[in-house]
Amino acid sequence: MSIAVSPDLTTELRLDHLRALEAESIHIMREVVAEFERPVMLYSIGKDSSVLLRLAQKAFYPGPIPFPLLHIDTTYKFREMIQFRDEMAKAVGARLIVHTNEEAIGEGTQPFKVGTQRCCGLLKTKALLDALQAGNFDAAIGGARRDEERSRAKERIFSVRDPNGQWDPKRQRPELWNLLNGRIRPGESIRVFPLSNWTEIDIWQYINIENIPIVPLYYAKDREVIVRGNSLIVQEQPFVVTMPGEKPQTVKCRMRSLGCSPCTGAIHSDADTIPKIINELIATKQSERLLRIIDHDQDGSMEVKKREGYF
Amino acid sequence: MSGGLLRICTAGSVDDGKSTLIGRMLHDTRGVYEDQVNAVEKASKNRNAGPIDFSLFTDGLRAEREQGITIDVAYRYFATSRRKFILADTPGHEQYTRNMATGASTAEVAILLVDARNGVRVQSRRHARIARLLGIKDFVLAVNKMDLVGFDREVFEKIVDDFEELLQGASVHAIPMSALNGDNVITLSGNTPWFSGPPMLEYLETVQVHRNLPALPFRFPVQLVSRPNQEFRGYAGQIVSGMIRIGDRVTVLPSGRTARVKRIVTFDGELAMAFAPQSVTLTLDDEIDISRGDTLTIEPAFVGQKFEAELVWMDERPLDPGRLYLLKHAARTVSAEVNHALVLNQIGTVQISTARPLVFDRYTDNRATGSFVLIDPGTQFTCGAGMITEPIRQTATLHTAPLTFAERLAHLARRAGSDEEAAEAVRKALEEMLT
Repeated sequence: MSIAVSPDLTTELRLDHLRALEAESIHIMREVVAEFERPVMLYSIGKDSSVLLRLAQKAFYPGPIPFPLLHIDTTYKFREMIQFRDEMAKAVGARLIVHTNEEAIGEGTQPFKVGTQRCCGLLKTKALLDALQAGNFDAAIGGARRDEERSRAKERIFSVRDPNGQWDPKRQRPELWNLLNGRIRPGESIRVFPLSNWTEIDIWQYINIENIPIVPLYYAKDREVIVRGNSLIVQEQPFVVTMPGEKPQTVKCRMRSLGCSPCTGAIHSDADTIPKIINELIATKQSERLLRIIDHDQDGSMEVKKREGYF
Repeated sequence: MSGGLLRICTAGSVDDGKSTLIGRMLHDTRGVYEDQVNAVEKASKNRNAGPIDFSLFTDGLRAEREQGITIDVAYRYFATSRRKFILADTPGHEQYTRNMATGASTAEVAILLVDARNGVRVQSRRHARIARLLGIKDFVLAVNKMDLVGFDREVFEKIVDDFEELLQGASVHAIPMSALNGDNVITLSGNTPWFSGPPMLEYLETVQVHRNLPALPFRFPVQLVSRPNQEFRGYAGQIVSGMIRIGDRVTVLPSGRTARVKRIVTFDGELAMAFAPQSVTLTLDDEIDISRGDTLTIEPAFVGQKFEAELVWMDERPLDPGRLYLLKHAARTVSAEVNHALVLNQIGTVQISTARPLVFDRYTDNRATGSFVLIDPGTQFTCGAGMITEPIRQTATLHTAPLTFAERLAHLARRAGSDEEAAEAVRKALEEMLT
């Protein structure tokens, strides 16, 4: 275990930055298991979920992860993500629940037909709320970080949702020291964010020192994409059509953030190893979620989605 | 990174420019990205705070942007080549004082902002007091909007003098500043040749805070008992202070039973020693009864059901001494009573009695084992935050403990109606005892 201990033990013992964050996250996950009847962990297959999964293994070792994983499948995820998901669940020995809003898919819901706001509402928010209700889960652990988006910067580690799964930013409970209030009223549930204090760079540095497996889409390689403005779009869904004048080109690129393929752009990149990704991030001038179309579809987009129950 | 991680919080009155200062620091240390700057520039057009309204980086809620004030504590992350920072940006409005306490509870350094034109105001006093109460020892006194008083040294020094009194016993670094224009934020300003520095960021990068958790007494509140199979019984928790080695004898409190540490188990292999704030699983050489909420210790701790505390009330419903509250302390939640009423944002010294014993320290000695929150059992809202100042010997213990000779005489004398009666009662008792 690579704990940075000062060479001279008589001076000062100090846990380095990443190990301190790790210890805090483990503490949070253990509190969830101690205080809730039916916790579940949201597993979105991305880099943050990969870190969350490793932390869950650490928190309960030598026991197994004591809660199931839940993936909300919009059916528009990248194929490589789904393959990775199934392999990981098997490797860590966790129970995986996959939930899709079949009704909406049956009605042909897709972002270009109903708009991104409605598409997210049906395939993510509604699907999530339905899945939480179906499983009767009282605590849902997720990988959101406060540095991702400005309304997330205000969210508590234990964040209460009303019986409709909605968030009221004005009625947030004060959260002091490391004392997490796990008490809820009947019908309420809680969302838990063990990675609250991690930044994007922390996540990558941790993946690096821990050798955590990640979806290959994060690594740069030559991919066939449509270049549309700032966005490089990987054409996975038949309804992502080329506009007049566009044609697929081969570009060396990678995904900085993973979502649904029609709504997540790739970035130009040569970073095909984790150290290269870290260097690229240190040099970048663009935020992580810039190419996540759904964050920008209205003012205060993420806050509105969160109030409605989005993770 | 040799400097590790520093947790900071901000404090000050509304309109003193806190969010602007934070936005400025994030912007200048590249804690925000270009597209976020562009979005803010676009939104700034409708406002009156210069070309870039830096507060838009931190005021993340719609209601905040609409009202132009900060409602809720926001956490921000930035790094320089020397240190990583977690910054709690807390609101100045009085109705959100509880969020100030929240931000200060985990901070090591507080940035106290004050408007150079106004000097010390009620809210500044209040925030300084809360920050001190929550154990912050290092302060930056940022005297902001110095451009609006012509960078007048006398104005600055008057404010610094006023604060000296409020922050007695703390270490204070005062900086004349204009957050809007960047004077003395990242680099020294030409407008204040009389100020020798260091500017804000350099101070934050280099300040030495004195929180050496591993050097404190060992405290390990048990979060979970881990029993994955018949052969393994371990205690999972976070070492909140101190350090532990294999073979150390630990005392389990409140029961008082002892055992030796057999193994320190982690996913990454077993350790010979571990220290705060690591999360580990311990196994012991003796099968003693331990459950969630018990604390493993080496050095003595207080065990009791009654103590005195400083309490910050955070709920609109006033504290009702006739009600039972839930009290969460470390990994234990118990019922508790408080001896007198408090209203929202009030801070008071109270006595707390709990239904079951707690294992605690004074807050000034140990933040983790000296702090607790109160929960309203009706709404489940976190309604109070407390810092233990002193244990109180329980009346129950006093009653059952045998009285000494002198105590008995004192009792008799006190119960008497007059001096004559007292003398008579004592004389009789002495006679009885001597014969």
